[in-house]
Amino acid sequence: MIKRAIALFLVLFFGYVFTTLLLNWHPWTELIGVARYYVSHELTELGATNLVTAIVVTYRGLDTLGEVTVLFLAATGVSVLLRRTTITLPSPGSKRQSSEILHTATRLLTPFIVMFGAYIFINGHLTPGGGFQGGAVIASAVLLLFLTNSHQALNHRILKTIESLSGATYVLVGILGLFLAGGFLDNRILPLGEPGRILSAGAIPIIYTCIGLKVGTELANILENLRGPATSPVLEENEGQAQ
Amino acid sequence: MILIIAIGIALMLIGFWGALIRKNMIRMVLSIGIAETGLQLLMIGVGYLKGRTAPILDSAVPFSQALQRVVDPVPQALVLTAIVIGVAVNALMLTFIIRLYEKKKTLTISDYRDLKW
Amino acid sequence: MIAWFIGVLGIAMIVGALAAVHLKQTVPAIIAAGIVSLFASVLYLLLAAPDVAMTEAAIGAGLSTVIFLYAVYKTRSGESEK
Repeated sequence: MIKRAIALFLVLFFGYVFTTLLLNWHPWTELIGVARYYVSHELTELGATNLVTAIVVTYRGLDTLGEVTVLFLAATGVSVLLRRTTITLPSPGSKRQSSEILHTATRLLTPFIVMFGAYIFINGHLTPGGGFQGGAVIASAVLLLFLTNSHQALNHRILKTIESLSGATYVLVGILGLFLAGGFLDNRILPLGEPGRILSAGAIPIIYTCIGLKVGTELANILENLRGPATSPVLEENEGQAQ
Repeated sequence: MILIIAIGIALMLIGFWGALIRKNMIRMVLSIGIAETGLQLLMIGVGYLKGRTAPILDSAVPFSQALQRVVDPVPQALVLTAIVIGVAVNALMLTFIIRLYEKKKTLTISDYRDLKW
Repeated sequence: MIAWFIGVLGIAMIVGALAAVHLKQTVPAIIAAGIVSLFASVLYLLLAAPDVAMTEAAIGAGLSTVIFLYAVYKTRSGESEK
């Protein structure tokens, strides 16, 4: 009872603080400060037509490197904590197999979803999108496979190789920027090209492809660890025969 | 605009209230997630300028008019980072909860008294 | 006109957030939090932020809900109290 009263008092106090801040705030009418510099100089310096992509990858590139590191640490933590050293049988319950329609539709849809995810991060510098969105869509394709098929297991060697190679390529491209262009993660190591084409904006397509693959494989890894071990097809057959 | 900022503040307060009042650990993590959504909405709402459009330069918004026709792109870049980090931290917190449940078979946070003095 | 639409979405989001905090069972609360993320994604589109809307729809309303449901599945033994 006293705890609820203290919680209510805290919430009301923060509500009062935020409302006071809100009442003294006036909406801006034009861009000021750092945003003004970014918007006025972006196309001539970097060559990408998607302003948010240019800011995320080059102007604020170190924040993105930190974010990729945090995601990597979280995926590693989930893997280490949920590692199964003892084989536990799945909990008994009616594990009804999915119907024919679901299996066929999954097999038809999964390549298109992965292709759509790849399209999103390859065109990240031209249209809304980018590495994180494309990686999330690829992880959604893996989730579709898990939901319809309980025997589905992922090839860990391929996932590990893709993830390590993309992470290492991202940092290598950044280090190349130190030697060939202005600084770490500078995208002018490749020619800027004509804005609006796929091969433009220097190294931004390469960086976003690496980020997209890395985020996609890491989220798929998190989902597989949370799902647990895949059921074995032999077990299902025996259960069917015993019935 | 002011309406969006008010919605963001309301979501943050509801999430904060939920994190303080619930005893089930999964519900606490859910409430913190709602507070994060409210904060991100507040940041995008602060960066919005009236009557302007998305920060993509194409045939509709040529580069010469970009400074007068584009909303602030910096809060969008920050919120992009915040959303991905939010889901990563949520997944890690839920993994901790799963391991704690395997040890003690309870989800109530007041049953874990090992660190209390 | 747009202000009315934003108002309706905002009220739906606040009702969904209150439901996510106060419902008795855990699974409907997780669905309510997913609905809050979905409406937030629509609001981002109205605020001229298409990148953020795409990210919130894919990660917030999709993967985050499923991760919570997996966690509930793993800790299931009849826990549905305060």
